[in-house]
Amino acid sequence: MATPAPVSAPAFDLSARFPGIASPDTRPGYSGWVIPKENLPEVAAALRDELGFDYLSHVTGVDYLPEGKMEVVYQFYKTTGGPGLSLKVQVPRQDPIEVPSIVSIYPGAEFQEREVWDLFGIRFTGHPDLRRILMWEGFEGHPLRKDWKEAYYEEDIKPFKSRWPEGKHVPAEDKTPFGDNVTYPDGFDAEKWIPEDPEKALYGALARYQVQDETGLGTEHVIVNIGPQHPSTHGVFRVAAILDGETIVSLKPVMGYLHRNHEKIGERNTYLMNMPFTDRLDYLSSMSNNFGYALTVEKLMNIKPPERAEYIRVMMAEMTRISNHLMAIGALTNDLGAYFTPMLYSLEERELILDIFEAVAGSRMMCNYFRFGGVVRDLPEGIPEKIKGLFFERLPRRIDELERFLSENEIVRSRGIGQGVLTAEDAIRYSASGPLLRASGIPYDVRRAEPYSIYDRFDFEVCVRPNGDIYDRLMIRFDEIRQSIRIVQQAVRGLPEGPVMAVKPAYTVRVPPGEAYGRVEGPKGELGFYIISNGKPSPWRYHVRAPSFINLTSFGPMCIGQKVADLVAVLGSIDIVLGEVDR
Amino acid sequence: MVPEELNSPGYDIPPEARGQVAITTLDRIYNWGRSASVWPMMFGLACCAIEMICAAASRYDIARFGMEIMRPSPRQSDLMIVAGTVTKKMIPLIVRLYNQMPEPKYVLAMGACASGGGPFKEGYNVVSGVDKFIPVDVYVPGCPPTPQALLNGLMKIQEKIRGESLKTSRWYQKGPDSVEMPIPLLGPDLIDTRKIALIKPAAKKGQEA
Repeated sequence: MATPAPVSAPAFDLSARFPGIASPDTRPGYSGWVIPKENLPEVAAALRDELGFDYLSHVTGVDYLPEGKMEVVYQFYKTTGGPGLSLKVQVPRQDPIEVPSIVSIYPGAEFQEREVWDLFGIRFTGHPDLRRILMWEGFEGHPLRKDWKEAYYEEDIKPFKSRWPEGKHVPAEDKTPFGDNVTYPDGFDAEKWIPEDPEKALYGALARYQVQDETGLGTEHVIVNIGPQHPSTHGVFRVAAILDGETIVSLKPVMGYLHRNHEKIGERNTYLMNMPFTDRLDYLSSMSNNFGYALTVEKLMNIKPPERAEYIRVMMAEMTRISNHLMAIGALTNDLGAYFTPMLYSLEERELILDIFEAVAGSRMMCNYFRFGGVVRDLPEGIPEKIKGLFFERLPRRIDELERFLSENEIVRSRGIGQGVLTAEDAIRYSASGPLLRASGIPYDVRRAEPYSIYDRFDFEVCVRPNGDIYDRLMIRFDEIRQSIRIVQQAVRGLPEGPVMAVKPAYTVRVPPGEAYGRVEGPKGELGFYIISNGKPSPWRYHVRAPSFINLTSFGPMCIGQKVADLVAVLGSIDIVLGEVDR
Repeated sequence: MVPEELNSPGYDIPPEARGQVAITTLDRIYNWGRSASVWPMMFGLACCAIEMICAAASRYDIARFGMEIMRPSPRQSDLMIVAGTVTKKMIPLIVRLYNQMPEPKYVLAMGACASGGGPFKEGYNVVSGVDKFIPVDVYVPGCPPTPQALLNGLMKIQEKIRGESLKTSRWYQKGPDSVEMPIPLLGPDLIDTRKIALIKPAAKKGQEA
């Protein structure tokens, strides 16, 4: 069972194209190519222009503290499908740590490089706007470094021994010198400390724009902040924009207001403990998050779930997609001015799906249902019948009804068609994924491009819309709901009997050393987990490729030139969830 | 129709006027009106906000309690439902929103995170409960609490309102209308302005330890 996962053969020989530069990653359990940092822009440009790897999936850092080096990992894919390619750049772990930026080649790296700078302190030379992204400017330290300890730090691996000494609980506050979850640098004197304006860097970056004044009127430009408390930002998301009259000339999203340190906590949890935390990433689609995480760890452990579990997984993931898209449709039309009415229609159906989740997993939203090698328990009695009733009878009818109300609506059409356009080329350049990418005319769906689980057995279409505007992004969600209904119908018909776990359930699973990147087509886009195991009970590196976060890279370019009232509609059409954006 | 609960016992109301007339105290009818029209602030932080939306939808129907009018502006709201994880980056804004709300105001901490940090308590950017910075009236446990649990918490707010009196409530007395909570600062870490004098000695002690 615990045999090391076979190292997948590299997709092709990069060292033939770059002799003496690219060398295969030979560490046991690893794959991909290691290149010197000086050659990174050259290799990245060749990957995009010559070799067809036009899609940068994710960028992240890894802190190899014992080896004394930092690594930046890049994952590339082709939008025509097929396996990916990963590049690694290793640098010594001495400040200043510098790696050339690839934003000019792959603009989709912009926010991700900022995140690596924020959390690892790796400086990307040539990045157009290298500021902290999740924490605030002025925060001390780079939290994801392995030698950075937070205030409540106790041990490297959970469960902490101190948690229940002789059955008595000690609050974490009592163990810190400040009696709170704070820590300050040595000799910090709050009385003499002069507060800096944390917004200075933001407004500085915002002011770097060029605009042609065609009217010659020379209007004064104003800065407008929307959020973090605003009804149309879908949570605690903030947008800072500069307006010329009503037209947006410069825009920066500001995030991190819900940064709850998912990755730092995840690197201390055991593998199984992370499962309920993944529920809280994209809290509208917890089953999909479970799916991605379970797949990745299974890849490392080299196990496969039994047939029945695979069917149940697919059913749950597709039901999640439907409930998420219903919420997205409701929220977008809410932003377009329909107020709460369409939301009431979609929430009615969503509640019925949540009823099934509650019966199956025990919780409406935070399902925590998947395990490594299967699912935690079998479907309760009567649930397949309930699913059949919902998916054969009610749901198709109700989706048609909701679409009929919205698709020909005058306001939806005039505010949606031709507004907030993201072209196909831009969608790929900005690493957009999911419905955002497909509404721009790129038929890229992980379920078809690199089939996982048992998706290759089902008959469904990859939905595409050609125009890339707000209206298409609304309509593609209806299309996808229909395809998901088809998949659930096929799965519930073909549901085999049998066990739902391939291995004996265990609290601490044994994961062989190595790295794995597993991805699923989540409701919001490509949801990936990048996990490095060193054979210990908890992962050495646990990174989430969050689709909402990376889809936001294209938000600024989409909005510039639009009116400020369309900003909320564009944001609603991307469909973000802040739990996933900020993690 | 006048609900029976409004009537003070011991007064005789003629049978023909029953249902139209109530003999009651000023406190009781005033609180009755207030408790049935609590306007929450439209303000969601994280996962719990989704359950708050579900509570407002048709199945759970928050309108039964007169609370369906969610106001995006703190100036018009009576109740702040802190629905989700409170982070250090967000807490200055939450305190500011609280200060902008007019009295009488109530705070409901929804879910484990808002009550005490929850599953993310150990995180470096997480505040261990919103009650470190603003006073909380009702805590609703759960991760996230179901809409039923939220409604139960709202009924507890109503109970609290019914127990108040015009004579004793602070905001009907002479003096400042509302109490401002100090807004924490974002420095090398979150700085609670009430603890500034304590930070230097504690930082030294932490160094020695």
